[in-house]
Amino acid sequence: MGTGMLSQRVFLAQEVDIGITGYFHFEVGGQTLWITTTHVSLLLVMIALTVFALFANRAIKKANPEDVPGPFLNVIELLVELIDGLTKSNMGKRGARFSNYIGTLFAVILVCNISGLFGLRPPTADYGVTLPLALITFVLIHYNGFKYEKAGHVTKLFQPVLLTPINIIGEVATPLSMSLRLFGNILSGTVMMGLLYGLIPKLIQAFLWPVFGVLHVYFDVFSGAIQAYVFCMLTMVFIAQNFPEDEAQG
Amino acid sequence: MMNGISSEAFVLGCSAIGAGIAMIAGVGPGIGQGIAAGHGAAAVGRNPGAKGNIMSTMLLGQAVAETTGLYGFAVAIILLFANPLLGKL
Repeated sequence: MGTGMLSQRVFLAQEVDIGITGYFHFEVGGQTLWITTTHVSLLLVMIALTVFALFANRAIKKANPEDVPGPFLNVIELLVELIDGLTKSNMGKRGARFSNYIGTLFAVILVCNISGLFGLRPPTADYGVTLPLALITFVLIHYNGFKYEKAGHVTKLFQPVLLTPINIIGEVATPLSMSLRLFGNILSGTVMMGLLYGLIPKLIQAFLWPVFGVLHVYFDVFSGAIQAYVFCMLTMVFIAQNFPEDEAQG
Repeated sequence: MMNGISSEAFVLGCSAIGAGIAMIAGVGPGIGQGIAAGHGAAAVGRNPGAKGNIMSTMLLGQAVAETTGLYGFAVAIILLFANPLLGKL
């Protein structure tokens, strides 16, 4: 018994904090709603992105087309051209107008994923954030499917009649697997960092800062950037597969 | 229950073992991602000019291969932090 308590004291120096914490709750129509860490983090991410957008907007409006652009304007142009090039190469000529949505999606997911660096709990480690994002993609896929293939979008589900159930399951699984992929990747990073912070006593953590730094770079920045890229890439590929064949490769 | 073990402790312990077993699902995506990365490296060696396209295709394929492992991870997380079996006691 004595050794058990000792090992508990040694190995669980702090409480392991990886869950979603509710701050306060209120009732709407008999339903209890919670304001949680996810809401707070998402609000902070939103404020950060809005401030960046306002500064970018002012810089673009003040810019003189004949001058050499300054460093900030250069970065904005680089980002916009990156997103434009990405959408155009993946979705063809018809996809160029999707660069607004893809850029927004990429910015939100990326900033959400790397918010773990700033001590927030990443909002994308909550299934209630990733599922709506995937459902927007689902709606966009089928809106464009009906727009370009008309009734053929439904009849292609029954193409080989025997495979109908598999086709339907495949369509439904798309948003599910997309949301679970983002959620699982970010949550696994959050869980690993939470367990590590809980395992090592605070005093020793101060001396181990390079280890924590490297792990944060891997789990938050690298993994987060890859997942944001993959989510946008899959969105573009799934939307573009409904475009007519002849003009899809523009 | 068995002497000295409450039924809750038994369920919790078995859930922890189950979570560990569920994470064996991580083997498959590891092998799959490794194969994809190996072929990606071979493709870059054969055609260095197409590095950007190969990179994005490889990352996309790896992300899709990762999905099954994440299902195992979801099962493990549910067993550990939102255990549905405790409510059945």
